[in-house]
Amino acid sequence: MATRLQFENSCEIGVFSKLSNAYCLVAIGGSESFYSTFEAELADVIPVVKTSIGGTRIIGRLCAGNKNGLLLPHTTTDQELQHLRNSLPDQVVVQRIEEKLSALGNCIACNDHVALTHPDLVRETEEMVADVLGVEVFRNTIATNALVGSFCALSNRGGLVHPHTSVEDLDELSTLLQVPLVAGTVNRGSEVIGAGMTVNDWTAFCGSDTTATEVSVIESVFKLREAQPSAIVDEMRKSLIDSYV
Amino acid sequence: MDIDTGMFTVPQTVGSVLCCKCGIPMAPNAANMCVKCLRSEVDITEGLQKHVTIVHCPECDTYLQPPRTWIKAQLESKELLTFCVKRLKNLNKIRLVHAEFIWTEPHSKRIKVKLVVQKEVLNGAILEQSYTVEYVQQEHMCESCARVQANPDQWVAAVQLRQHVSHRRTFFYLEQLILKHGAAASAIKITQMDQGIDFFFSNRSHGVKFVEFVGKVAPVRSRNDKQLVSQDSKSSTYHYKYTFSVEISPICREDLICLPPKVRSSFGNLGPVVICTKVTNSIALLDPLTLRHCFLDADQYWRSSFKSLQTSRELVEYIVLDVEMVSSEVNVGGTRYALADAQVARVSDFGKNDTIFNIKTHIGHLLNPGDYALGYDLYGANSNDEELDKYKGLVIPDVILIKKSYEEKRLKKRAKPRAWKLKSLAMEVDAKGRGALEKEAAEYEQFLKDLEENPAFRFNIDLYRDEGYQPSEKASVVDGEDAPFVPFDELLADMDNLQLREYEDDEDSGSMRE
Repeated sequence: MATRLQFENSCEIGVFSKLSNAYCLVAIGGSESFYSTFEAELADVIPVVKTSIGGTRIIGRLCAGNKNGLLLPHTTTDQELQHLRNSLPDQVVVQRIEEKLSALGNCIACNDHVALTHPDLVRETEEMVADVLGVEVFRNTIATNALVGSFCALSNRGGLVHPHTSVEDLDELSTLLQVPLVAGTVNRGSEVIGAGMTVNDWTAFCGSDTTATEVSVIESVFKLREAQPSAIVDEMRKSLIDSYV
Repeated sequence: MDIDTGMFTVPQTVGSVLCCKCGIPMAPNAANMCVKCLRSEVDITEGLQKHVTIVHCPECDTYLQPPRTWIKAQLESKELLTFCVKRLKNLNKIRLVHAEFIWTEPHSKRIKVKLVVQKEVLNGAILEQSYTVEYVQQEHMCESCARVQANPDQWVAAVQLRQHVSHRRTFFYLEQLILKHGAAASAIKITQMDQGIDFFFSNRSHGVKFVEFVGKVAPVRSRNDKQLVSQDSKSSTYHYKYTFSVEISPICREDLICLPPKVRSSFGNLGPVVICTKVTNSIALLDPLTLRHCFLDADQYWRSSFKSLQTSRELVEYIVLDVEMVSSEVNVGGTRYALADAQVARVSDFGKNDTIFNIKTHIGHLLNPGDYALGYDLYGANSNDEELDKYKGLVIPDVILIKKSYEEKRLKKRAKPRAWKLKSLAMEVDAKGRGALEKEAAEYEQFLKDLEENPAFRFNIDLYRDEGYQPSEKASVVDGEDAPFVPFDELLADMDNLQLREYEDDEDSGSMRE
């Protein structure tokens, strides 16, 4: 189910939040409505954590993560790092990495199995990504744009990419990522998909400017209509209980 | 190019996305909306004028461009399109790509113009939109038409052309010159007066232009005056009536003149008795006995302002009995003359008595024994001229021949109609007595004869083919020398009177008609 909301009058949801199958990070906003919308959707399923990274609110673009781990830029303070380690479930590995391209959210697009990275990412970072997130890493561009994290939104069920992506590129990416891909827009024709929305396997959040057509495209490509959180989380709970005991 | 660099590039096909508003598949663009949604979203013609009022003068079919210019333009013409586009405000914020008229009924007083404009919207997409502007035409008379309507005879400048001689030859010639150069095109009224013509203009500058034109073709002196008609002291505007009084010199072609002593000495003692050979804006004088010539400027003439001794009305016909060339033909100022001794007798004397004159003449090359010539009879003349009296002991010849006469030949031709005709100015004539009209007709006939005889005289005049002229069957009869006539190829076709041919679909003749 795709939800429409705004962060302090901005429709760029993907900038101020990070959603994965195991947790959700939100920025500290002026009003509590942003946080409460996420809470209303996700509270009884996954933890919703309020945080900042490096003192900024643009957490969605600075960090990259999936259910296995979370990568933070070198600008993250120790307190923030500790706060995150405390708030997130134990099997999520929180790691701070040294990388020149510190906006990891713009450079890395990932789901639970595969990740697309900026072609100029350092070799060690790529290895870190493969390690911490437990994914297969591919360096690629989307519609001749190197910032893959900004121009696509990826989940385990599907992906939405920049509208100017050519048919051949779409095919190639789809084969790499092993998910169905669609070129589309969000927030009334905005091409910056990754910044405009955030998605996981059963729910998506996008800006309030998103038109009905765009919402229907999102719901169809990410297969959100019949998705129920319970099935996925039950699996997770089983593993949680396992480790607890 | 790919093969050259050795790089393999995959051919890129543009995918299709759904329009974010209506959901129809389309190629992605900068706004990611289909054109219709973009148009419904953004109206680039917002803030532009769609209804404009323009002012039109029905009399002269002009449109007002404020504050005061009136522009003449036909409906659906380029000038009108430029005018309409100029009247739109705010057009500099938008790029105008195309403009054209949409047909409207002329009586509806509406003009519709379709404009196609381009503007950049959203994130760099350029949107092109066409819209219609409707112009409401309001009728309002322009100032000049209003003034004409209020008082049609109202003139602002008047030029009074006068020549104090007893004939109107100069005015016939001037009339043809004016027609050829169109100098009186802006005159609102032309009146024929005794010894002259009056021209009325609605603008002082038209009058000045006309006076300057006359000054170029005739030796004139002029003065001008103005009279206050009305004034507006608050805005310091004054309306005047201007009059120009132009006097043409009384010296005409073929006149016999006795030069005053001062003028004579300034020209190197040119024989006091001279003939005027040509009058343009300067007067050309020729001494018939020595074939010396000189020119008098308008200023020079009016400083000494002498009158002619005898005019061409006083020409007498002579018959040439014998001609003996004294010198060869010379070219004096463009015309050929030859000095000769001649024996002549007056036609009125011929056969009756033996009065024969032995004279020197300057047209010896034209004369043969038995020819008729026209000349001045100084033997029998009783001249009452002051200048002549100033010369003591002056020997003047008895006869001065001026030109050859073609009267006999013309009589033989028996009034053959001419193949050409002249146009005339639309003049208002005051009612005259019958005698004056007959005199004028005779003078006009003489003027036409002059035209036939002198090619140089015809130079500045337009002659038109007479449509109604039929060459007579007896034209081939040749008896000796024929009377002078105008060669056919000098004649112009008269454009104004071309008849429309019967076939209506013949475009060429229709466009020739003025």
